[in-house]
Amino acid sequence: MTQTPLLVVLLLTLSSLAYHFGRKRAFAVSGGRVRSLHSLPAYYGLYVALWAVIPALLVLGLWLGFEDGVITRLVVASMPPEFAGLEPSRLNLVLNDIRNLVVGNIVSSAPDATIIAAADRYRELRGISTIALFAATLGLATVSGWVAYGRIRPEHRSRNAVERIVMGLLIACSTIAILTTVGIVLSVLFESIRFFQAVPVTEFLFGLDWSPQIAIRADQAGSSGAFGAVPLFAGTMLITLIAMSVAVPIGLMSAIYLAEYASARVRAIAKPLLEVLAGIPTVVYGFFAALTVAPFIRNSGGMLGLDIASESALAAGLVMGVMIIPFVSSLSDDVINAVPQSLRDGAYGMGATPSETIRRVIIPAALPGIVGAVLLAVSRAIGETMIVVMAAGLAAKLTANPFEAVTTVTVQIVTLLVGDQEFDSPKTLAAFALGLLLFFVTLALNVLALYIVRKYREQYE
Amino acid sequence: MSDASETARTSYARVEAGMKRRRAAERRFRFLGKCAVGLGLAFLAILFVSIVGNGYSAFWQTRITLDVTIDEATIDPAGAREPQVLRTADYGALIKQSLRDMFPEVSGRRNRFALYGLVSNGAGFDLRDKVLADPALIGRTISLTVAADDDVDMLMKGHIDRRAPESDRRIKDNQLAWIERLETDGRIGSAFNVDFFANGDSRDPELAGIRGALMGSIYTLLVTLGLSFPLAVSAAVYLEEFAPKNRWTDLIEVNINNLAAVPSIVFGLLGLAVFINFFTLPRSAPIVGGLVLTLMTLPTIIIASRAALKSVPPSIREGALGIGASPMQAVMYHVLPLALPGMLTGTIIGMAQALGETAPLLMIGMVAFIADVPGGVFDPATALPVQVYLWADSPERAFVEKTSAAIMVLLLFLATMNALAVLLRRRFERRW
Amino acid sequence: MHVQASEFTRVSTEPGAGRFPAAPEIEGRYHREHRGTVGEVRLDLPRMRCTGVDVHYGDKHALRDVSLDIGMNEVLAMIGPSGCGKSTFLRCLNRMNDTVAGCRVSGEILLDGKDIMAPDVDVVPLRARVGMVFQKPNPFPKSIFENVAFGPRIHGLARSHAELEEIVVSSLKKANLWDEVKDRLAHPGTGLSGGQQQRLCIARAIAIQPEVILMDEPCSALDPISTAKIEQLIDELRRNYSICIVTHSMQQAARVSQRTAYFHLGDLIEVGETDQIFVKPRHQLTEDYITGRFG
Ligand SMILES: Nc1ncnc2c1ncn2[C@@H]1O[C@H](COP(=O)(O)OP(=O)(O)O)[C@@H](O)[C@H]1O
Ligand SMILES: [Mg+2]
Repeated sequence: MTQTPLLVVLLLTLSSLAYHFGRKRAFAVSGGRVRSLHSLPAYYGLYVALWAVIPALLVLGLWLGFEDGVITRLVVASMPPEFAGLEPSRLNLVLNDIRNLVVGNIVSSAPDATIIAAADRYRELRGISTIALFAATLGLATVSGWVAYGRIRPEHRSRNAVERIVMGLLIACSTIAILTTVGIVLSVLFESIRFFQAVPVTEFLFGLDWSPQIAIRADQAGSSGAFGAVPLFAGTMLITLIAMSVAVPIGLMSAIYLAEYASARVRAIAKPLLEVLAGIPTVVYGFFAALTVAPFIRNSGGMLGLDIASESALAAGLVMGVMIIPFVSSLSDDVINAVPQSLRDGAYGMGATPSETIRRVIIPAALPGIVGAVLLAVSRAIGETMIVVMAAGLAAKLTANPFEAVTTVTVQIVTLLVGDQEFDSPKTLAAFALGLLLFFVTLALNVLALYIVRKYREQYE
Repeated sequence: MSDASETARTSYARVEAGMKRRRAAERRFRFLGKCAVGLGLAFLAILFVSIVGNGYSAFWQTRITLDVTIDEATIDPAGAREPQVLRTADYGALIKQSLRDMFPEVSGRRNRFALYGLVSNGAGFDLRDKVLADPALIGRTISLTVAADDDVDMLMKGHIDRRAPESDRRIKDNQLAWIERLETDGRIGSAFNVDFFANGDSRDPELAGIRGALMGSIYTLLVTLGLSFPLAVSAAVYLEEFAPKNRWTDLIEVNINNLAAVPSIVFGLLGLAVFINFFTLPRSAPIVGGLVLTLMTLPTIIIASRAALKSVPPSIREGALGIGASPMQAVMYHVLPLALPGMLTGTIIGMAQALGETAPLLMIGMVAFIADVPGGVFDPATALPVQVYLWADSPERAFVEKTSAAIMVLLLFLATMNALAVLLRRRFERRW
Repeated sequence: MHVQASEFTRVSTEPGAGRFPAAPEIEGRYHREHRGTVGEVRLDLPRMRCTGVDVHYGDKHALRDVSLDIGMNEVLAMIGPSGCGKSTFLRCLNRMNDTVAGCRVSGEILLDGKDIMAPDVDVVPLRARVGMVFQKPNPFPKSIFENVAFGPRIHGLARSHAELEEIVVSSLKKANLWDEVKDRLAHPGTGLSGGQQQRLCIARAIAIQPEVILMDEPCSALDPISTAKIEQLIDELRRNYSICIVTHSMQQAARVSQRTAYFHLGDLIEVGETDQIFVKPRHQLTEDYITGRFG
């Protein structure tokens, strides 16, 4: 794997050689009359070069993708049979030890002879694989380049062939977006199905108790863990609600003020400044929430005689709201500016004051667009991770009290997956089930919001 | 007629009567708008003041000057000057000895331990590097300036109150007395914090630096840039210039728009399931981080690139086609160069997004404690925002300062990238 | 159709080009230094009286030194080629130009003897007295009822809901729209046809009992039948209101108005009885315009 860059460089060198030869050959077959060629000589070069490098790169990609899996399987097969019978999580630990030995890291326990032997086997197989890979790709590149080289004739339509290849590449690139979505859905769905084999869907969706920490021994209390996600949904909604009640009024009012009242100078300064809020990484907001806002809220609550948790939903929600202000305000700004001037004129012409015009004409006219913007903002808030990871709690509590600590879906995904993980416990799989839910909820919100906004735009076009 | 002017007059009277209330409502509304903008800007100001206020002091470091006698018997009893021996020798003992020499009155294990605690654990390494660079120093007494312990640093920066009761202080009375002596001797001072930029992560706040995280971020971004720019530009060119209008391209289009709004943590799950579990790429490596961030930033860059292509007027394409270029040639040689600045702007903005992203990197294990500076895309690494997250979780007071300073560095990078994007846009903005 | 000074000079040096007569006396006739309006700008009992009104858009001098009276219960038509400042003048009368960035208005405009340009005048009650109907029908995206009720609601004209309903119904009746919409008052105003929308806008304007109604080419977006309905309506409304109407169509001006004002490149050229203007214009420019030699 560490040799890959070298191999890529070799392949590229080969390909540029192919270009050179292809071009020369084109000159040669034309007999000095370049005009007799169907395409410019450079296209013949490109044709050979692309043929030389693309199949080899494809093989390289596939090889790298499956190399480790195949080698691992072979290593396991070569080990004493009791290893093959291990349950997957234990086997993973053993394999980790082997891999660590191979790269020379410190191993968790003193390695025994089988492990060392397996590591040697692993290393040996890797060596073989690397040599084979070099041979296969370089050989393939030479052969396919040679075949392409052989096809060069004056009447060969090299430009068309090259353009077809390039077009194919372009199409392949544009399907990456689809592949990503499919990848998300499949990977999350696959693990979720495994989760739902252990935990019923109904318990997950409607259960009121969330305590995913599975005890180490089966006879300990709470050994089975509880996966009722309702407290997480409630926590997510509580924090989202707080964030929205900060972001929507402030975002909307500042969009209105900047669009309808502010002078050009104020707008030119305030708008980009507000947008800076959108460019700040969320981890910074998280730190700000935990370090500054949460203690401030806790202390001011203390002065009023309120008992506020140091990881209160209020602090996380408030800061998340600040993060979302520019999002709401720039979307609302677009929407408000899309309201035709004739409606404003109509209201002003009847003697409406600016605020009456805004409240009674512009906002009602822009309402669908504003609703769309708010839905997009809600989807943002639901999916936001770092602020809640750093400022919200870990304990799942079913409460609507903003002064208490609650936890959210994203917080749980992070907690379940960060740190040691065995890939087969319901605990880690639960994270994927939550991810699946998160994906579909935000997707639905976005589709809905974009639909509403588009309908709204059409209304005034 | 007089009837009509009569109603006009009464209605006018009613309008006048309502004016006071309406003017007040207008003023209120306007004030609310001002408040909203003001609040938004105030949040921004508080955020910056809080970060900079907490972080600026991290760029200075309290340092203590010691007179260290490099005793040959301690570090090189054989006297052979073998590098292996010199490298593994106990330099910490020399530092401790020099502290004992400076404060000969300190006795007892506990007190001595407190005394050694004044200087950083890294002091021995500084000394080692000096000796390795110049073995002729062995046997001599040199003046060595080393980093102070983080608690001393906090005290000197005023974050620990000297007048607080002893039990509330991490610096005890005896340590305070020694520090005061160092102060009167002029042996304690402050200097630019080189360690912060030169070191990787460390459990000792005074030794922790952002170099590892920075390099991790750079490797990750290189992977992201190298993959996402060509992919996004190709996809944009196809969709904007060649794609037929059909169900399939519609699907791609809708897909791209929706992917742009998928929560980033979901991309992390994808990375974990596909790149790490299925393709068994190494955990914690910038290569995986780069792949995940590529998928995440692709929609942004594709959308920006398509806008750039859209803004190239059709006359350019028609002109090229008119002189006999194939559609592909027209796009590659005539349209693409004109759209490139816009695409680059979009790419820079996408990269800025990727640089600030944390959540997906947590999923793929770039959150481990890694002290070494990564040397390549397959080495375990963290990234700058993840480092912020890790330090923010650390209990030591000194890490608050480090976290804020790391944030300042991160924001500086982001500001530079965004400024670059704005400049590029201004420079190449064309009115057709 | 924009006729600019530069075009005049170009045309006059190129005999025979365009639709302009190639006579040498054109130089003098179209000269930009025209000052002073021909005809009776003053009335005995005006509703509004404008004196020396100048309007600038930034550097552009859009209206020069216009003096004109608007009578009680009359329809005053404003005609002239595109861009000559008709709309600009109309918008001065209820200070709608305040909403245009970079627009400066000077001079004196009196409504019932009070200066509406004074700095302490609030435009809100002013616009309640001087209503406006725009070129393109612009009903609010609300129900028909709410569209008409908008003015009475914001100005607090109705003391009760019954009173509000009464205002809405009578305004719709006055606008000759009642019969067409009485069954669907709750339907959106934007669902009506163009002509109905424009009458809805007129109903909306008269619901606040203005003294003057300004109409800026109210029929230019409508078909002939709708236009005829609106013209009839204007004639009826004249009994209770003063009406200023900008129109592109000289026939319309002749049909609905009692007096006509002819604008040209920011100048008010001629004012007079409509019959007189169309039959016996006193100024050469007016004659050229109404005989269709340009416009
Ligand atoms: N908002 C504006 N900004 C700048 N110039 C304007 C504006 N509105 C009108 N003008 C200019 O003022 C002149 C008169 O315009 P207008 O009153 O609309 O003419 P019309 O007689 O066709 O209604 C025109 O030359 C026009 O270009
Ligand atoms: Mg006009």
